[in-house]
Amino acid sequence: MTELAIHVEDLGKQYRIGEQVSGYRTLRESLVEVISAPIRRLSSSLRGSTTDVREDTIWALRHVSFEVQAGDVLGIIGRNGAGKSTLLKLLSRITEPTEGMATIHGRVGSLLEVGTGFHPELTGRENIYLNGAILGMKRTEIDHRFDEIVDFAEIEKFIDTPVKRFSSGMYLRLAFAVAAHLEPEILLVDEVLAVGDAEFQRKCLGKMSDVSQEGRTVLFVSHNMSAILNLTERAILLDGGHLLLHTSSEEAVDHYLASGFSQTGERVWREDEIPAVATPFRPVALRILDPDRHVADSLRSADPMAIEFDYALDEPITGLRVGLVLMTNRGEYVFTSFDTDDTEQFEHYSVRSAGRYRSRCIIPPDFLNAGQYTVSVIASSFRIKRYFREDSALTFTVDATGSPGSHWPEARPGPVRPRLDWQIEVRS
Amino acid sequence: MSLVETQRGETPLTVTTVRPSRGWLGVNLRELWRYRELIYFLIWRDVKVRYKQTLLGAAWAILKPFFSMVVFSVIFGTLAKIPTDEVPPPLFYYSGLLSWVFFQDGITKASNSLVSGRNLITKVYFPRLAIPISSVISGLVDFLLAFLVLIGMMVYYGYRPTTAIWTLPLFLLLALITSLGGGLWLAALNVAYRDIGYVTPFLVQVWLYASPVVYSATLIKGDLWQLVYGLNPMAGVVQGFRWATLGVGQPPSSFLVASVAVALFLLISGALYFRRMERTFADVV
Repeated sequence: MTELAIHVEDLGKQYRIGEQVSGYRTLRESLVEVISAPIRRLSSSLRGSTTDVREDTIWALRHVSFEVQAGDVLGIIGRNGAGKSTLLKLLSRITEPTEGMATIHGRVGSLLEVGTGFHPELTGRENIYLNGAILGMKRTEIDHRFDEIVDFAEIEKFIDTPVKRFSSGMYLRLAFAVAAHLEPEILLVDEVLAVGDAEFQRKCLGKMSDVSQEGRTVLFVSHNMSAILNLTERAILLDGGHLLLHTSSEEAVDHYLASGFSQTGERVWREDEIPAVATPFRPVALRILDPDRHVADSLRSADPMAIEFDYALDEPITGLRVGLVLMTNRGEYVFTSFDTDDTEQFEHYSVRSAGRYRSRCIIPPDFLNAGQYTVSVIASSFRIKRYFREDSALTFTVDATGSPGSHWPEARPGPVRPRLDWQIEVRS
Repeated sequence: MSLVETQRGETPLTVTTVRPSRGWLGVNLRELWRYRELIYFLIWRDVKVRYKQTLLGAAWAILKPFFSMVVFSVIFGTLAKIPTDEVPPPLFYYSGLLSWVFFQDGITKASNSLVSGRNLITKVYFPRLAIPISSVISGLVDFLLAFLVLIGMMVYYGYRPTTAIWTLPLFLLLALITSLGGGLWLAALNVAYRDIGYVTPFLVQVWLYASPVVYSATLIKGDLWQLVYGLNPMAGVVQGFRWATLGVGQPPSSFLVASVAVALFLLISGALYFRRMERTFADVV
């Protein structure tokens, strides 16, 4: 018999508009409101309107109900602002719901951010204890798991160095290590895998699947669809604060991608999204262009398409290669390609001086099969340094109209749909 | 929000209910006790970090009251010639400053504590009271360091502590209660209204002159005025401190009752207000 871990019923959270953005108010604004509110109410009652509608509020989450069985791993997907983080904040008791309720059976560990409460002046050792205590571990538990944490983070040598001297990779590893060794019955994880390099992400994913195999309940928010598919069996899809779907992960992911929920056509990086380790490389924008050179998120397989990556270098980089990894939405690789794959090109751009660049990759017609694809971008110098990588930076859809064989309305397996040369000979 | 421990199968599972709360809430002392290790670590962090990357380090804990004492001795002692109960002015001012600085640091840090602990509040759950509590208590370390200097000065001026010295922890506790009570009010208000950040230093400065730090409480004559004066809990603390260490003045019994009552009122009302505002901290801060 399975036991219930989380029961959520009609949960809702209302925010005052601007509250999340500008937050605190000044005393003067409050005083003004104290005086003006009764007048407003009076005038609205004089006008005979009975509903006291507060226009300056929004529901970040509303009428959300679902259940999670103990030991299940539930993915939570949705666009930015769909209410995913609000849901985790409510379940981890960081903020209170406005209506509804949730019952949680077991100790909850929430991992909404790695390294919460890390203090730059304290050493690695000191931060492990501090962070552990903040996440709800007892000192004896931390003592007990200390070596494991240090091992996982691979920072033995620097354990007594203030973390402000850590590289950002070390910092992240340590922060994740502490959190990963938390042993609550229920773990709430928000997009922590979005940070760090690919190897670190792999390690985190590995640890996450260990955790779920140990029979613990995990709620996992992510924009990374392949992580959702790999780690979770069921998922909920949120949109505009409402629960749209609660179903198998495959179905939820398909629905999410099919309804254009994901970032499509163009990805523009904000300054604060660029990790510090990327310097001097600065991603600017990534876009997919149709034959008319318009940004598009849906293209025809029979047309050529272009993937354009704009970036800037603050300092010259030697041996830089900028490339793409194309994958299907199910996580199968289609190809990996770099702008300096051609040796002549590589010699010509052996050193790229500081400045702004655009690398454009032309994908020939009749290449991709119908389906959804994600583009990851990489910028690295071979065997020297990986400056930047972002998985699933873009998603786009390919349509097979006009492709070979499209007169048969059927789905064809396989990621490519080439126009191959077929010869038919009549041999008799 | 409520927390109920129940037995499920063989292992006890904590059952947490998340739901909107309304009105005034009590202080959940049991929960606070369960989070005592976190409070301990927050205090420990405050103490460790406070003087990091300063040239003089922990010496600042001593230098701050010491320099104030020098300034007060020159201005109020030598120039203004304010009577100091026949105690050498440096000793008089330093013993007054000792409890005052503890109070002042406590209330100032507590009032900023939630805002500067914003990244904790918005990312992890724990009883929010842990933050101002730990910032007030962490001041005790500074106090103890500065207290060593007082002992040195008492030896230098040939003052032997009387038996009244044993009442010192009680006055310290009173200072802590006052500092925490005021700190809770200001911290909770500061989350919603950043005006508090500007108000606090001014408030503390006025409070200093309302307390017998640079003058003696014996200047206040008449039982009624004494009682009114005692409504400032720090008056009881500072005067009591001087009496306990230097044996001067009278035991401030006449207004101590008022001081204790006001301090307790400040603490309880502060805690209740804090709890009432707590539910919005993560959204507003």
